[in-house]
Amino acid sequence: MNERNHLARQGEGKLYEELSRSNLVTTKAWYRAAGILFAVTAGAAGVFFYMMATGIGVTGLSRPVMWGTMIILFVFWIGLSHSGTLISAILRITRAGWRAPVLRGAEAMTVFALMVGGLFPLMHLGRNWRFYYMIPYPNDRLLWPNFRSPLLWDMVAIGTYLTGSILFLYFGMIPDLAVARDFSTGWRKKLYTILAAGFRGTHSEWRRYHVASTLFAVLIIPVAVSVHSIVSWDFAMAMVPGWHSTIFAPYFVAGAIYSGIAGVITVMAFLRRVFRLENFLTERHFDNLGKLLLTMTLVWGYFYFAEFLTTWYSRLPEDWALISSYGGHFLPLFILMLTCNFLIPLPALCLSKVRRSVPAILAVSLVVNVGMLAERALIVVPSLARRNDPSIWLNYFPTWVEISFIVGSITLFSLLYVIFAKLFPVMAISDIKEHLFRTTDRAVGGAVVPSVAEEDEGEGK
Amino acid sequence: MKHKWAMAIDMDRCTGCGACVVACVAENNTPTAGEEEAGKGRLMQWLRVSRFWKKEGEETRAIFVPTPCMHCEKAPCEIVCPVYATYHDEDDHLNAMVYNRCIGTRYCANNCPYSVRVFNWWPAKWEKPLDEQLNPDLSVRSRGVMEKCTYCIQRIRRGKETAIKEGRKIRDGEVMPACAQTCPPGAIIFGDLLDPESEISRTVKDTRLFKLMEHLGTEPSTVYLKKQKGPGR
Ligand code: SF4
Repeated sequence: MNERNHLARQGEGKLYEELSRSNLVTTKAWYRAAGILFAVTAGAAGVFFYMMATGIGVTGLSRPVMWGTMIILFVFWIGLSHSGTLISAILRITRAGWRAPVLRGAEAMTVFALMVGGLFPLMHLGRNWRFYYMIPYPNDRLLWPNFRSPLLWDMVAIGTYLTGSILFLYFGMIPDLAVARDFSTGWRKKLYTILAAGFRGTHSEWRRYHVASTLFAVLIIPVAVSVHSIVSWDFAMAMVPGWHSTIFAPYFVAGAIYSGIAGVITVMAFLRRVFRLENFLTERHFDNLGKLLLTMTLVWGYFYFAEFLTTWYSRLPEDWALISSYGGHFLPLFILMLTCNFLIPLPALCLSKVRRSVPAILAVSLVVNVGMLAERALIVVPSLARRNDPSIWLNYFPTWVEISFIVGSITLFSLLYVIFAKLFPVMAISDIKEHLFRTTDRAVGGAVVPSVAEEDEGEGK
Repeated sequence: MKHKWAMAIDMDRCTGCGACVVACVAENNTPTAGEEEAGKGRLMQWLRVSRFWKKEGEETRAIFVPTPCMHCEKAPCEIVCPVYATYHDEDDHLNAMVYNRCIGTRYCANNCPYSVRVFNWWPAKWEKPLDEQLNPDLSVRSRGVMEKCTYCIQRIRRGKETAIKEGRKIRDGEVMPACAQTCPPGAIIFGDLLDPESEISRTVKDTRLFKLMEHLGTEPSTVYLKKQKGPGR
């Protein structure tokens, strides 16, 4: 009998304490971490206001390369956001037995990555203070935004996804908030009372909750897929050699899931370390996520190969000039991408030793995300730097302003996460409990194996 | 009154002197960028003279392609603007820009296959004494907006107004953009395609006619006349 099953039988209070330690006492370490993250983020925000006050000229952008780091970061973070909700939804629908501890962390990652990513299109505007021109608001001159523009589709898609993900996250949290309400005091009690929306855990409430969460999970999947397709259409709909490609939508979705899974693993590894969740986030979880990551490595590699193959075969001069630049000026970026996205993860993830060791798989995930950032850069920049007219070809380097945005986006994401972990249950307590209750250890011959009881399909359900 | 303004550039006559560029800068209040910024690709010129080198046997020849906005009939820049800052002027068949609507997404610049749109990276500035010759007929664009060649829309407007006041049609050659007016060898021909008698209507029947990147289907209004081959050329 292992310790976890005991926990489940000791009542919710103990489980809550164990799973959401951070909610109970605020340590010095938390203040320190949050303080540093806040300071760096505020610094990056300061740089943004400096850019707003002086002009976009402080970036490294130029006439052919009108989009740069900010758009790269936009695509990267939106991509990263992808898997959280998607994985959670898929695991919920397929009723994967190991899913429970992964859900909350992944869903929260989606929401925060979306928030960070969504900032960049606004930041990159030449006149940021006029961003509301894109919103269809009623005005005297009856001016409407242009619904033919992929940028507008983007705004709608990201808005939908953000709303959907926040609801999904919140909805999944309701039973846990109820637990938190019952075991907290002071202002937290008030907060959780409001958020728990009167959930008491009666049988009928649970039944409706299960139906609704399945529905939610089913509905969020097409939204997730469509959002990244639309992000890809920002590029694929434009008449820019290298962008104008039908494979972009599936390719972007695959890339998004790829980097998203790496993101989930990263987040999980940190949660496990910081909140001492070794009992719940076991090696098995990392092994399973590692297998998913391996699958996506192969899918990504295949898409990349397919994209290259058609360009190489047709050798249209415009496209070919672009591909040649991968061997020239953009070679370092290309090598970085290929190594980090394929050459390292593929063999590494094939080894179960790597998948089962948390530091090793964390390292692989970080490498994958570096590679994905390089991949996004390689999509955005070279296509613009090698436009149709060779007389204006120009290369692009980010300036310190843009580099501080890269750093700031990472710290902002971490900051949001740290605050979230402070305020809300970071683990899906009720899901874990449900799973633990179903799990018993059985003696089979000489060995003791965990076995999970499944619900009956059929009448009365 | 409807017009379809068009421009033809005779590459046989163009010597690459750059007078059109200077005229355009002076007419349209285009800010100066300075050497360093220009090196970063931040030149604000609405009309550039692209230069290509062509090897012909022993010799290498320069080919000059003056590139203003093509005023595409099916303009790729227009559909991608989320706020309609760039739109099609149906009366004059121009690709127009509303500068104070522009929020600077720079998507139009990416989607223009000719890369003729320029962005205001900094607040506009002019070296002394250039600031004293600003054209009062059109605005100075603010920082953060996209701008581009408009076939000197202020001149087109003035021409139309004069014609209406005098109760007549616009005469051929009455409206002329600054570049066409200045070009020493007269390589730039401008006029109204809806006027069958105009010089431009005659020019577009020339067999030397070609369009830049015609395969993209943008239907540009700016067309080119091929260089002729042969002795003395
Ligand atoms: S040349 Fe470029 S800027 Fe001009 S109308 Fe065509 S796409 Fe638009």
